[in-house]
Amino acid sequence: MSFPSAPAEAAPQERPRPRSLPDLFLSFTWLALQGFGGVLAVVQRELVERKRWLTREEFVEDWAVAQIMPGPNVVNLSLMIGARHFGWRGALVALAGMLVAPLAVVLLLALLHARFADSPQLAGALRGMGAVAAGLITATGLKLLPTLRTHPLGRAACLLLGLASFVAIAVLRLPLLAVLLVLGGLSCALTWQRLGRA
Amino acid sequence: MQIVMDAGDWLSLLLHFLVLSLLSIGGAITTAPDMHRFLVQERHWLTDPQFSASVAIAQAAPGPNVLFVALMGWQVGLNAGGLHLALLGVLLTLFGILLPSTTLTYFAAQWGHRNRELRAVRAFKQGMAPIVVSLLVATGWVLASGARPQWSDAPLWAVALAATLVVWRTRLHLLWLLGAGAVLGWFGLV
Repeated sequence: MSFPSAPAEAAPQERPRPRSLPDLFLSFTWLALQGFGGVLAVVQRELVERKRWLTREEFVEDWAVAQIMPGPNVVNLSLMIGARHFGWRGALVALAGMLVAPLAVVLLLALLHARFADSPQLAGALRGMGAVAAGLITATGLKLLPTLRTHPLGRAACLLLGLASFVAIAVLRLPLLAVLLVLGGLSCALTWQRLGRA
Repeated sequence: MQIVMDAGDWLSLLLHFLVLSLLSIGGAITTAPDMHRFLVQERHWLTDPQFSASVAIAQAAPGPNVLFVALMGWQVGLNAGGLHLALLGVLLTLFGILLPSTTLTYFAAQWGHRNRELRAVRAFKQGMAPIVVSLLVATGWVLASGARPQWSDAPLWAVALAATLVVWRTRLHLLWLLGAGAVLGWFGLV
């Protein structure tokens, strides 16, 4: 019952992992504070590329669970990573790291907002950062494309499913839940069938 | 704006967000229309501009976007009479929007991890992969093009495209890119 997309399982003890609960807390605080306009791109960069706590494949799999469950996706993702290493305490600590410092910054900004809300420079700066943040998310998706190379459905089917979901969300602007249920359901059913044959 | 809130009002604020938490598939932002209906139209605890500012500030700030919910609680508390009530509002709304969804996710993830060899679990995780990767690209696209694409936004698209290419192909630190975007915007170039 082995499948090719999990070579990382071979040597679990070699893998880098958070050293302690404070390490987990500080890591999540640091990446949350970098996440202007959304934290996901930073999670991918910090935890997959730099710290290597997750492989790209694991990141995609966890992200699927984080998206299908209710709640903020990136909060769900941090909770799952914390829980994997330190159980429920890890989940709470990762959650706190993700929320506490950014909450303080947001409240401070709310206090400042009343004074500087009319500044066109500030509005422009926020607009510019928003455009960059959009690019970060697109790039995160592009960087995860290689994880599909060893997918049980094969490249052509992955490409078709991916294109269909892109059109549904970006062009037709259909609701996310509907896309996840219909196209995600179809993809899971096909994968289930293929895994049974292997 | 001045409002009066009794203990029952605070409780119903908490309860409303506890329920919304379970409905927030795709993120807390998907329940924002219902928050608007409840806080602004039905209870009159927030004004329309206060509601919009809560979303906008949280989007611009670092951290998960769910913090817009905390800002709504903060503003309700300020309207009701001061900083200590504002902190109460933050605690109730944030606790409410997070407790049910995080509990559910925790147990689902634990179950999935224990049963990771099951064909159904593997089929779900691997089957979702092409959709999930594509959704990321689509989300960036939607964020960059806005609700209604128009030609005057072309410089913004160029910035988003440049950021995409740099992040995809190099290991430049993300904060440099965000800083560059901020500077371009500050001087009115995008």
